[in-house]
Amino acid sequence: MSDTVLWYTTRGAGAVSLVLLSAVVVLGVLSTLRFESASWPRFLTSALHRNVALTAIVFLALHIVTAVVDPFTHLGWLAAIVPFSSYYRPLWLGFGTVAFELLVAISVTSLVRGAIGHAAWRGIHWLSYASWPAAVLHGFGTGTDAWSAWMLVIDVVCILAVLAAICARLLARPPDPLAADRARFRDRVSRTIGR
Amino acid sequence: MWIDRTKCDAHRLCAELFPESIRLDDWGYPIIASGPIPASLLPHAQRAVDSCPVLALALRRVARRA
Repeated sequence: MSDTVLWYTTRGAGAVSLVLLSAVVVLGVLSTLRFESASWPRFLTSALHRNVALTAIVFLALHIVTAVVDPFTHLGWLAAIVPFSSYYRPLWLGFGTVAFELLVAISVTSLVRGAIGHAAWRGIHWLSYASWPAAVLHGFGTGTDAWSAWMLVIDVVCILAVLAAICARLLARPPDPLAADRARFRDRVSRTIGR
Repeated sequence: MWIDRTKCDAHRLCAELFPESIRLDDWGYPIIASGPIPASLLPHAQRAVDSCPVLALALRRVARRA
């Protein structure tokens, strides 16, 4: 009985994590786009981005711990820490490990953003675009429910939402109202100093 | 409250979170009221500083005048 509880928890927490991580990515992109409306101030996007990310980590911890301690699978802690080391579906489990470890790096550096500086934080934050696809691959590759209709609906909604957000980001103009002026100024300064 | 003008990109989160001391110019860049921040408003000021996407804001302790 308890075995099945653990296994169902792993599967459920995995599906919930995918939804939350996709929401985190969309909210992150929305904050770079400086989305706002009369009833949605800008700080709401970044506060939600942060809090949904922290919630996702809780569900991922649940997903990983229940998968590891489940007596039926014998995955072991090593597989949860070292990517592609598992005896069982090493590639697909490895994608999950990579996704989680990138997420931990992204989250920890965000919590100590003031200490490491903006450039380093931003560089590491770009890894989100590796972490989320790795998580999606992990779900398709080894998800017990990967090909059930309800999970496919969740997958499609999450993937479309993230792709739409990325397209919006690629098509958006620089949101800083003085971006062009500032770039010109910086360019002139660097040319003057370089001489 | 101190601002690094070279970092600020007019994200405007600070003005949303701390309107007591921060208003915006015509381009959306913050104008910070001069002088120390009253103790009762410090949590709001800290939240504005923490929320800045480019870490352009800082709070510094000022010596109390005798």
